Amino acid sequence: MTTPTTTTAPSRWERLRDSYLWYSFKRDRTAQLCFAVFICLVIAAFSAPLLAPTNPYDLAQIDIMSSELPPFWVEGADERFGLGTDAQGRDLLSIILYGTRVSLLIGFGAVILQALLGVTFGLMAGYLGGRVDAFLMRLADIQLSFSTLMVAIVVGAVVKATMGSAFYSQYAVLMLVLIIGLAEWPQYARTVRASVLAEKNKEYVDAARVMGLRSKRIMFRHVLPNTMSPIFVISTVQIANAIISEAALSFLGLGMPETHPSLGSLIKAGFDYIQSGSWWITLIPGAVLIVLVLSINLLGDWLRDVMNPRLYKG
Amino acid sequence: MIAFLIKRLMHAVLVMFVISVLAFAIQDNLGDPVQQMVGQSVPESEREAIRERLGLNDSFLVQYVRFAKNAVQGDFGDSYFYREPALEVIARHLPATLELVFAATLIIVIFSVPIGVYSAIKPRSPLSRLFMGASIIGISIPVFLTAILLIQIFSIGITITLFPESTSWGAWLNGLLSTEGNMPSFGRGYNLVHVVGHWDTNLATWNGLQHLVLPAVSLASIMLPLFIRLIRAEMMEVLQSEYVKYARAKGISMRRVYFVHALKNTMLPVITVGGVQIGTMVAYTILTETVFQWPGMGLMFLDAINRADIPLIVTYLMIVGVIFVVTNTIVDLIYGFVNPTVKLTGKPA
Repeated sequence: MTTPTTTTAPSRWERLRDSYLWYSFKRDRTAQLCFAVFICLVIAAFSAPLLAPTNPYDLAQIDIMSSELPPFWVEGADERFGLGTDAQGRDLLSIILYGTRVSLLIGFGAVILQALLGVTFGLMAGYLGGRVDAFLMRLADIQLSFSTLMVAIVVGAVVKATMGSAFYSQYAVLMLVLIIGLAEWPQYARTVRASVLAEKNKEYVDAARVMGLRSKRIMFRHVLPNTMSPIFVISTVQIANAIISEAALSFLGLGMPETHPSLGSLIKAGFDYIQSGSWWITLIPGAVLIVLVLSINLLGDWLRDVMNPRLYKG
Repeated sequence: MIAFLIKRLMHAVLVMFVISVLAFAIQDNLGDPVQQMVGQSVPESEREAIRERLGLNDSFLVQYVRFAKNAVQGDFGDSYFYREPALEVIARHLPATLELVFAATLIIVIFSVPIGVYSAIKPRSPLSRLFMGASIIGISIPVFLTAILLIQIFSIGITITLFPESTSWGAWLNGLLSTEGNMPSFGRGYNLVHVVGHWDTNLATWNGLQHLVLPAVSLASIMLPLFIRLIRAEMMEVLQSEYVKYARAKGISMRRVYFVHALKNTMLPVITVGGVQIGTMVAYTILTETVFQWPGMGLMFLDAINRADIPLIVTYLMIVGVIFVVTNTIVDLIYGFVNPTVKLTGKPA
């Protein structure tokens, strides 16, 4: 998580409380609200097995008799299902909770992978320079010129066609993390490289080099900590992007199967029924997705304003 | 300039080479063409003979060279599903996608510049705040969800009964919030006007335009906020610069300062980003076309994936690769022309 209270170890609590970050968080209502919404969604999603009235992964829950029931405020609702049911008769509330968990899991997983790859490559490109830099950045340029979503769709399509749908849906979570992670690492690499270039000629790096430390140690222990704030800022945006990418892939049928749906595959499944008037199957998961992504994006906006004073203008 | 051009072209050729190797590797590893051609009863020895005749036993390199030679001549093999040359299938679907992208670009250009400039000039006005708030909401809604929402509102229609229907103001408010839902949300419509070759246009008839509206708005919805924010940020940066202050001090009318002096330099980064985003739009057409069943390249590609129509998938990848490489090269060249401070030869291509 990229939020101040969770990323900082307790020993740094004092330092955090005096920081500008905490100060501006206390004064910014939007940031507080978004943080609260985001945390609520995360907690609700990850405690889905405790909160959800039913277990949607249990095949016994599928009951065609109670399919397409509307949510409670619409006429014809069934009191057993607060938000109604989907086309297979599964409780929409439960399946949204489980689906949000899948979406968040893939979002976080993909961002961790992106960050690992991107930070490593970015450090190497920025610190080592020369041919390594030229090669890695050219690779990043080319990949970015193809738009990350396109790369993800193509890789997903090819993997699915090669491995077969059954295999693909069995390992869908892993596949999506890999695909989105591999598609978006250049964002991290570029950001890290830019800040490494600014850092590497400073005296403390020279000092470390004169002391005879190995490049690897200087890169990861000395330079990396000083490039953390841009990494922080783009991480929020990247999580939102990864969640959207996952939803898009699932919507195209290249993501989570309907038996273990994410928010994207719920929207896809519901879309087939929207013309017959059952709007809730697609629009309620859609609303959850929008709220989730919006709260992350607003937090990212706030974080960028706070951590990057150069960009801060009105 | 010429050195830059050559460097850029070599770069483009290199990228196309990599794409073609990848595309060929996909073709080579997916499925068995002999299996597709003959039935179950054909003995193994005969299959082997067919394989030999088709050159499938040759080394990867030999096969790739053959593939590349054919590809350069426009021969990508036949689509399994359509039973005709894959390039022909793509050519048939291309105009629909291009029209969609064109309409979306038009919407983006018409709205992003005035809104971006306005919210840069008056960053604290309520209207600017509204635009900025709306833009972050716009960024946060995935394009397929925008499309679904548009369908629900304008094509299916929503009935709001939030206010008491018996009172006249309640009925009026309900009617105001409800929509009729008579916009078409499926395909390109029936009376397209034939222009030339495979190009039937949506732009010439009222019915065609109606079909185009919702898909184009959906496609534009993802880029529009991005450009508004970009133009605003760049414009604010430019407005701080000395030459703008000087122009203002000289007593030039504010409108001229904003729209002639400042806007020129604002558009520089917008051009680079814009070029890249046109490529990104191709990716988003897959989503938009899927929702609206718009018979363009994106929908065709997705169908090809579901049918494991490998020649068509490979051809699509190559064509999209060409589109990306060409737009990126053109954008770089334009950038070099409009911004003479960029030393083209010194700049790594």
